[in-house]
Amino acid sequence: MDRKRILITGVGGQGNLLAARLLGHAAITMDIPVRISEVHGMAQRGGVVESAVMLGGIESPIISRGQADVLLSFEPLETLRSLNKCSSKSTVITNTRPIVPFTVKLGQAEYPEMDEWFSFMEKNFARFHAIDADAMAREAGTAKAVNVVMLGALIGTGILPFSRAVMEETIKNVVKPKFVDANIKALGLGAEAVQ
Amino acid sequence: MHPLLKYCSGERRLLLGNEAVVRGLLEAGCGVAAAYPGTPSSEIGNNLFFIAQEEDSPIYFEFSTNEKVAMEVAAAAAASGVRSFTCMKHVGMNVASDVMMTLAYIGVKGGMVIFVADDPSMHSSQNEQDSRIFARFANLPMLEPSSPQEMKDMTIEAFEISEALELPVIVRSTTRTSHVSGPVIMGDRCQDVKRRGRFQKELFRWVPVPAVARQRHKWLLEQVDRAEDMAVSSGFNRVEGNGPRAILCSGVSVSHVRDAVNDLGVHDRVRLVVMGFPLPFPKRFVMDALEGVEKVLVVEELEPVMEEQLRLMLDDAEMDLPVFGKASGDLPRLYEFQPTDVARVVAKFTDEDFSEPVLPDLSGMPDLPMRPPTMCKGCPHRETYNNVKEALKQLGIEENTIYPSDIGCYTLALLPPIKMADYLTCMGSSVGTSAGFSAATDQKVVSFIGDSTFFHSGLSPLASAVHNKHNFCLVILDNSTTAMTGQQPHPGIWLKPPGFDKPTISIEDVVKAMGVKNFVRINPYKKQEAVAALKEILSMDGVCVVLSEAPCVLYKKRVSGGRKK
Repeated sequence: MDRKRILITGVGGQGNLLAARLLGHAAITMDIPVRISEVHGMAQRGGVVESAVMLGGIESPIISRGQADVLLSFEPLETLRSLNKCSSKSTVITNTRPIVPFTVKLGQAEYPEMDEWFSFMEKNFARFHAIDADAMAREAGTAKAVNVVMLGALIGTGILPFSRAVMEETIKNVVKPKFVDANIKALGLGAEAVQ
Repeated sequence: MHPLLKYCSGERRLLLGNEAVVRGLLEAGCGVAAAYPGTPSSEIGNNLFFIAQEEDSPIYFEFSTNEKVAMEVAAAAAASGVRSFTCMKHVGMNVASDVMMTLAYIGVKGGMVIFVADDPSMHSSQNEQDSRIFARFANLPMLEPSSPQEMKDMTIEAFEISEALELPVIVRSTTRTSHVSGPVIMGDRCQDVKRRGRFQKELFRWVPVPAVARQRHKWLLEQVDRAEDMAVSSGFNRVEGNGPRAILCSGVSVSHVRDAVNDLGVHDRVRLVVMGFPLPFPKRFVMDALEGVEKVLVVEELEPVMEEQLRLMLDDAEMDLPVFGKASGDLPRLYEFQPTDVARVVAKFTDEDFSEPVLPDLSGMPDLPMRPPTMCKGCPHRETYNNVKEALKQLGIEENTIYPSDIGCYTLALLPPIKMADYLTCMGSSVGTSAGFSAATDQKVVSFIGDSTFFHSGLSPLASAVHNKHNFCLVILDNSTTAMTGQQPHPGIWLKPPGFDKPTISIEDVVKAMGVKNFVRINPYKKQEAVAALKEILSMDGVCVVLSEAPCVLYKKRVSGGRKK
């Protein structure tokens, strides 16, 4: 397959690392070379959490400026923060539901006006999708499945050589049994949202 | 059963670099392991801790009180012929170095592997010191894996090297090797792990009094030569390609360089000299690898360790080969490398055009709100700080107070609105520096240390402070766990996970036994009582200790099985 750098970003608690690992497990099943890097540490403390999934033989675990083929972002402010990792050729997929940082709540900063930026992204990147992943996760039966809705959207674009069936199988193998159904539903809702 | 025990030989699994190290220990038949947690090495200890709790566990593991103790546990096990292991973050090696420098003289019998994880860019550390310099300082061999598979393979091989040389062997990773997942092919798990050995007394070996140490230092230098021979013939040092320009690299830089060469399509112009066994610097291997090349680029993060060795070697051989790297200004000594920066340097080195990625115009981007790390919702530390601040305010001495701090979640108190962390160097420094501030200033000194850090490095400076009649108030933040690194146990824990049967050492008893007369225990959530008690003790002279006791909220939730109360 083509070599792909996928940057997954969001806020601690959104299941970022699980999303990356699901892609990793799927890649191993399909015999596609994979490397995942995770930023650990402050994840529980409301900070930014980033992971990078490298497919097709890329070895370096870091995505630097302009290198991301795909930006998969679970939170709109974090989408903006990571835009410089994308180039004009990138695909940007973002959740539209903000998680307001405490610095904004304390009045130290302003949350950017996202609608303008969504049109900017629509215009300036090869491909752009904005979805309300929180609403879809709830519809699927668990608010925690935002990560899998977003993963569904990524699969739905057809950029990766992973079919929905492969991802569903991976979810069955990796996710706790009682959450499997909701996650498979979440995956489907995400995939359909970008088609 | 723990997954790392379950995997069968030949299976290919997605493992985190640190998990691959643990699997390596199981395959190598390591019998005794000990560690103090420290990111980016923490997952190794966490996995070993759970594996050691299994019935018929193949390995003994303990969380020791600090890296020095952990290394001593491993050293004695290895002296008894048992394969042993200890791991730490880079600054943990400072603590363990007292053992390590002399352990190199007396050596080991069973293989001993010291794993150290450096943190270029300081993702979760107070400095970015380069542990390779420690390997040179101690004269110990060092391996540097660059992928999860190598994390496992090199851990196993390190035991073989260690036993051949009777020296501990260091395996060094960085954040980007420890926290990277990738496919790892399992080998056979060792089925007859030697869990217990027998210590053979040797008068002129294990006790390095000067007469012995003089002999052992000579022996050590001989072993360094043998180690270099092993590095010269090691398969971990290898040449990829046969172009006329050489790129010497190790660790995560190998990945950056390979990607750059692929992206630029300059395979025919370069040869990669991959240094998986870089120390002692294998001069004959490098000399052979550089046969006929026009110039060399050295790509290594942090200090120019290989670059300096290379320059020395070329100088000795009176070879006039241009070397590029840090001294030439091509690569920085600061922070971890970004792949595009490496690609740009490789392009320049190979006379290839580097096309910068085309970004949309982002100049209209506003300043984005930050998400700085903060104490968790309901964290008891926040309450303690607010109570102390309130007490000092009421006493009218808040403006005149210095707050020496320590290493843990509570270091975040440096940020507004709390702003109660003024000075910090390392684990335990809150206590020793309080003594210094008390000796050198007339300011009030109120310092903070966590429970795990107190057992790690707080005991000895507290004894010193009491004995030397210093004047400060130490607040011990006791949340019954080592919270920041992922809730590992320590000797003082009183809230225990089910099945955890180790005894509790009472911090109150310890403090009082050291002669602290002014002591008070507070519940940080009971604000009024806490502030009253604090006002009283903050008005006293001498070494005063406040024990602020309330469990870490995340740990409490985990111990109770995730149930909300």
